[in-house]
Amino acid sequence: MAKNEIKYLTAIKQEKPKKKFCRFKKYGIKYVDYKDIEFLKKFVNEQGKMLPRRLSGNSLKYQRKVADAVKKARQMSLLPYVTDLFK
Amino acid sequence: MNNYELMVIFTPVLSEEDFKSAQKKYQDLIKENGGDTVASNPWGLKSLAYPIDKKTTGIYWILEFTGPATINEKLKIQFLRDEQIMRHMITKLDKYAVEYNHIKRNGGFPVHKAVEA
Repeated sequence: MAKNEIKYLTAIKQEKPKKKFCRFKKYGIKYVDYKDIEFLKKFVNEQGKMLPRRLSGNSLKYQRKVADAVKKARQMSLLPYVTDLFK
Repeated sequence: MNNYELMVIFTPVLSEEDFKSAQKKYQDLIKENGGDTVASNPWGLKSLAYPIDKKTTGIYWILEFTGPATINEKLKIQFLRDEQIMRHMITKLDKYAVEYNHIKRNGGFPVHKAVEA
């Protein structure tokens, strides 16, 4: 339709990115358990590196708790420090 | 009297009764120093995410206990001296953590990590 013919300087965002929310506030989780690997895997990418806040959508207070839990899990070799495609 | 959680990794070559006797030894040690154990949860043999001391598996043991703050130093000395133990970690539990462990032990969350009904 007419709109597509118009060339924009920057590409228009096709789909609106879904609103990120802090799952800890929404679900009322207060403690991040370093032994709960399945839950921690949501905050770690394929290489085993921690996701930044802008991707995980956490608030600062809970991102720090997640970071602390992931480091403890790595120390006790529940999570690898670095790996490839371990998800 | 603070709440602590201890996680210990034993060498995989440990036999079953050695594992039990080690658990008992440390629980008695905690009792001697004025603490008491809340819950002991041996995971048993588990594969490690990365090799420790050239070993790729280890026997995990988790113990939740309460005690005065001075207890951890004594425990640490024993852990470092005990060559059956590859790695240990003592974490302090705040009130949310204690509540979380309590719920986890009796019945768990109604709906896992979702809105409580």
